[in-house]
Amino acid sequence: MSLWGILAINSVAFGGLLFLLSAGFSLIFGLMRIPNLTHGSMFMLGGYIGASLNLAYHLPFWLAALGAAATVAVFGGLIERLLLRRLAGSVLAQVLVTLGISFIVADFCLLAWGGDPVSVATPPGLTGGVRAFGLYFTTYRFAIILVACVVAALLWALLDRTRLGAMIRAGVDDPEMARVVGIRVSRLFTTVFCLGAALAGFGGIMGAPVLTVYPGLDGDMLPLALVIVILGGAGSLLGSLVGSFLIGILYNFGQAMFPELAYFVLFLPMVLVLVLRPQGLFGRYAP
Amino acid sequence: MTGRIIAGLAALAALAALVAVPWWVPGDYYISIASQILIYAVFALGVDVLIGYAGLVSLGHAGLFGLASYAVAVALAGGSAQFGAILLALAVTLAGTAIFAALSLRATGIGFIMITLAMGQIMWGLAYRWFDLTNGDNGVNVAARPMPFGFDLEVASNFYFATLVVFLLALLIAWVFVHSPFGASLKGTRDQPRRMTALGYHVWMIRFCACLFSGLLTAIAGILFVYYTKFISPQSLALTSSAEVVLMVISGGSGTLLGPVVGAALVVIVKNVASAYIERWNMLLGAIFVAIVLFMPEGLVPGSARLGRFILRQLRGAPAKAAKP
Repeated sequence: MSLWGILAINSVAFGGLLFLLSAGFSLIFGLMRIPNLTHGSMFMLGGYIGASLNLAYHLPFWLAALGAAATVAVFGGLIERLLLRRLAGSVLAQVLVTLGISFIVADFCLLAWGGDPVSVATPPGLTGGVRAFGLYFTTYRFAIILVACVVAALLWALLDRTRLGAMIRAGVDDPEMARVVGIRVSRLFTTVFCLGAALAGFGGIMGAPVLTVYPGLDGDMLPLALVIVILGGAGSLLGSLVGSFLIGILYNFGQAMFPELAYFVLFLPMVLVLVLRPQGLFGRYAP
Repeated sequence: MTGRIIAGLAALAALAALVAVPWWVPGDYYISIASQILIYAVFALGVDVLIGYAGLVSLGHAGLFGLASYAVAVALAGGSAQFGAILLALAVTLAGTAIFAALSLRATGIGFIMITLAMGQIMWGLAYRWFDLTNGDNGVNVAARPMPFGFDLEVASNFYFATLVVFLLALLIAWVFVHSPFGASLKGTRDQPRRMTALGYHVWMIRFCACLFSGLLTAIAGILFVYYTKFISPQSLALTSSAEVVLMVISGGSGTLLGPVVGAALVVIVKNVASAYIERWNMLLGAIFVAIVLFMPEGLVPGSARLGRFILRQLRGAPAKAAKP
């Protein structure tokens, strides 16, 4: 019983991290129609940069997290402006370029931070735990869930209540028509790319006290983002929220119950969705 | 006409050079590199069938490649005979490819890339985690190479000749496949899927068969690979490996049969030469990837063929035509 309770909290917390990762991925996919294969790298890069800011430069955790998110956002903006922009219209080339960059980033991180996992201390005030129903829950996991909920609410407000959000939604639904009515879709591309990168980088440092940051983290996270977007539907915020928690639960329970087949358990819902509803649970079009 | 004769002579010269490799390269190490190039060339041909002729980019083929390798290694570890292990590997990989294709062909274009990538990672995850079967990160060793007709493949040059025979056969069946009516209809599904449907072709089935053929070539390459290294570990199934083979196809020139072979040679040579000097092979791989996509999207073989035609026209003195890019 106690195991299941703790597993459930861990699953939801991991789902929150996955939401930070996949929300941007899904928006980029929905708007630009490309899977950004550097997204796992941005998660990892955010973790490493945040860890360095926190450990080497002694910034408080939350300031380090914001710094990491900002740095990764700039990095994402540069990729979009300098490389993807040059390849506009050639989707395959864009995907391959993001893949190439993900290798460069992975190797760069190995060079800069070494092969050993970097662990970040839980921010002060969130250490320790809560005793409830005879179980012991770590506070930081609740903090992750809370942050993910706040980010989800802010993103929803941005997309649903602001002018920028309306333009992004228009771009997701029909980029050509959005251009025709005078929305500068190419500027939206950069904005959304920076936003997605910032969220991924923020997710990386938020996850660092739980997951640590290690070489190969990018390759662990990217398939999860892919599966979530296939499940939830490209460009759908609700889809990535539901998909993230679903995958968070499957991932944790799968690892606890069938450790050898954990990846396989993840893959099953994706197969079902592909067969029954190729556009994803909440998506409007099939990728 | 002269073009055809030149091409024929070039092919003969290339064949002679390939057969003579053990005599003109210095030492066993370089003979093994040549074997490695041929193995990857078969793998790249398999991937090119999808990228170049079906217009489907797979980023999960290392999973199928690894499936064949693991099937041989695990069957041999379980006490199977060499021939039985190879047959089992072919059967298992084809069955795996059928599942792989049935799922990924739910989509085309970007969707296909994403699903194949996710499935490749899942294969990698299985190889990494399914400890009882795959021995996890430690990998599985293969005790001995087979001895077909008493021919000892432990000798580097003998292994090279065996690989060369398999490579030439693979090239031949790929040529027949691409130039068959089926190959033509495959190109049709790449360029005009809706018109092909309207003409009464079963587009999905054509793509599915192309996937199976690609899986066959990949399985052959995977089997050769596990005998080459006598070892298989999850590293061979990683996304990097899938990306490497896509890079081979794209850099050489997709949609040609020579392109993947040239690309395989390029990547294997750069990788082996570069890794002797620098540790950061992955960074170089990424940089080459970005550079090729940005500056030579069509690949080396079509690029140099166009350059060759351009020079020929210049020599014959047709400046009016040569002005066109």
